[in-house]
Amino acid sequence: MSDFLNYLSSNVTPGQAGAYLWVTIYILIIFAVASVAVMAMTWLERKILAHMQVRLGPMRVGPHGLLQPIADAVKLLIKEDIIPEGADKLVFWMAPVVVVITAFTTYIVIPFGPTHAVTDMNIGILFMLGVASLGTLGIIMAGWASNSHYPLLGSLRSSAQMVSYEVAMGMAVVSAVLMTSLTGAGAYGIGATAATSLGTLSMIGIVEAQMNQHVWFIFKFFPLGFAAFGIFAIAMVAETNRAPFDLPEAESELTAGFHTEYSGFRWSLFFMAEYAAMIAVASIAVTLWLGGWLRPFPHWLSGDPWGTAFSFFPALTFFVLAGMSFRATIRMPKHPYFKIQKTGLGIFGLVLGAIGLVLLVPPVRDRIQDIYWFTIKVAAFMYLYIWYRGTFPRYRFDQLMKLGWKFMIPAGIGVLILTALVGVL
Amino acid sequence: MEITTLHYLVVAAALFIIGTIGVLTRRNVVIILMSIELILNAVNLNLVAFSRLYGLHGQVFSIFVITDAAAEAAVGLGILIAFFRNKETINADEIDLLKF
Amino acid sequence: MNPVATPFFFYALAAVAVLSAIAVIMRRNPVHSAIALIFTLLSLAGLYLMLYAPFVAGVQIILYVGGIVVLFLFVIMLINIDRMEREYQFNKQWLVGLLAAAVLGTLFVAVYVKGQAIFPQHAVRFPEQLNTQQVGKMLYVDYLLPFEIASLLLLVAIVGAVVMAKKRI
Repeated sequence: MSDFLNYLSSNVTPGQAGAYLWVTIYILIIFAVASVAVMAMTWLERKILAHMQVRLGPMRVGPHGLLQPIADAVKLLIKEDIIPEGADKLVFWMAPVVVVITAFTTYIVIPFGPTHAVTDMNIGILFMLGVASLGTLGIIMAGWASNSHYPLLGSLRSSAQMVSYEVAMGMAVVSAVLMTSLTGAGAYGIGATAATSLGTLSMIGIVEAQMNQHVWFIFKFFPLGFAAFGIFAIAMVAETNRAPFDLPEAESELTAGFHTEYSGFRWSLFFMAEYAAMIAVASIAVTLWLGGWLRPFPHWLSGDPWGTAFSFFPALTFFVLAGMSFRATIRMPKHPYFKIQKTGLGIFGLVLGAIGLVLLVPPVRDRIQDIYWFTIKVAAFMYLYIWYRGTFPRYRFDQLMKLGWKFMIPAGIGVLILTALVGVL
Repeated sequence: MEITTLHYLVVAAALFIIGTIGVLTRRNVVIILMSIELILNAVNLNLVAFSRLYGLHGQVFSIFVITDAAAEAAVGLGILIAFFRNKETINADEIDLLKF
Repeated sequence: MNPVATPFFFYALAAVAVLSAIAVIMRRNPVHSAIALIFTLLSLAGLYLMLYAPFVAGVQIILYVGGIVVLFLFVIMLINIDRMEREYQFNKQWLVGLLAAAVLGTLFVAVYVKGQAIFPQHAVRFPEQLNTQQVGKMLYVDYLLPFEIASLLLLVAIVGAVVMAKKRI
């Protein structure tokens, strides 16, 4: 027991400290939070898309549709599980399992803080890219096992797209990893003081390199970091088969692509895996370019007044959310049918406010900083994903492949070469 | 029982023998190519097992082996597709004509 | 960090590797063989991790499982013929093949039994967190020429595969 509590005073991740019970606890927490995040994403996507299209989205199920994810989950669970005739049962069963496992395994190395990761591998970013590329296999298996030509074509197109954009992602990632070892001795040195010049692939090491070099990699070597970030941001949308690159799985093309023949719980596994993969690649982008868990300006605006001012942000966020709930409660129609929804939304607002108050307590304030800044940046990426879906028209498949091979990969290689040149000048 | 290098070498030898049996006895050319990948992986396991004793050269060489395996699989499958377009079969003992 | 339960993980991973390899060569359906190959390659990546080679394990997962097996699955799906699954799977000289493999097996056993004295019994201790950096340095300093030749080889392979699979050159 004392070994168990001993870990709390160490300053490494539980995987490195060898504390296996804490590793299990972290994994369970991450799994639970990721599942809740996926469910919240389904609600957010429908509401935000609706508001972008000047309509209201789900409003009936709970107050402002807040219980819609639960209704969707129940509906999917009680649907009949159909296996097409002539489908290969083993592979049909295995495909969603593979996709979900690979999507959630990438969460092992995501750094929510300097010690808040499950483990810190030496090959952190390589591991994440590799396991993300395993998801392609699940999609191919799904399309083939359905024994029907629409899913087969959809899965071949989808996996061809994923494989093409993986190369572009890899180039962008390599140029960011290169920046961890170029400690600002070049033309754009922005006050780097660290003595280390050994690059690292570990996720926590990359954020610490940004901390030591006093610059987020998106701003380092000015257009180059931003160009690499742009290439990764576009390639990650194509990698997770989201709009505007979602031809293989859009509802109006190819009758929903590779998950056509999947119904009920199996389809919801694909859906969950897609959102989990979105969060995973968004956290790669946040870790590599946007400074991971670092708050804005940790060195320019350092010291006591700024530190405490920034530490009020988590509580402020929850107070803003609680304020929005209360405003929505007040604006609800004054009809007896809406009484339950009004009280429900009021209680939701009170819960959010209570969480905000808890986050004002100083010890909690200090420990929650890293996780909060990381989460807020990943949430901004999720909003970007939904924004893209509501704004851009879909790419045709040959336009998509042309963009991937003829523009993204040469641009990625160009950014890599220019970064290396500028770094050693 | 402590796991020594010999354990890894035995596993590599087993994979090598299974891959050789696959190459020598199967008719389907795709499975022959997959057995060749098994053989290359057995060699990789040997290299990495010995690199623990003698330095990092084994790991570097195994990276080259993986790269070459990728190149060879790509070209081999390209040849297979070209052949399939002409003769509609992928059984190794039906591919026996020098000219169609 | 101290390794934990090493014999258990070694035997589990080795069993999965060997059993999946047997499934690769014995299954009728090439897609099942490809999936068994995935299991073999992943368990080999685990064995590399146990041998303190995380970079090779990462490269194995990305290149082999995420690249080569995907290529195999594409080709299997493009040229899948149902009637082939109902024909004979093994060719006419299967007995000679088995005999040759048995001879190879006895050769391996003889070499390992006689040569056991040559293996040094202690392992070199590498600092664990620097494996990628050391491998990278070795690739670019000692093995630069093979590295460049490998990139040229990949270029030739790409051009060759595209030319082979085109309908009209």
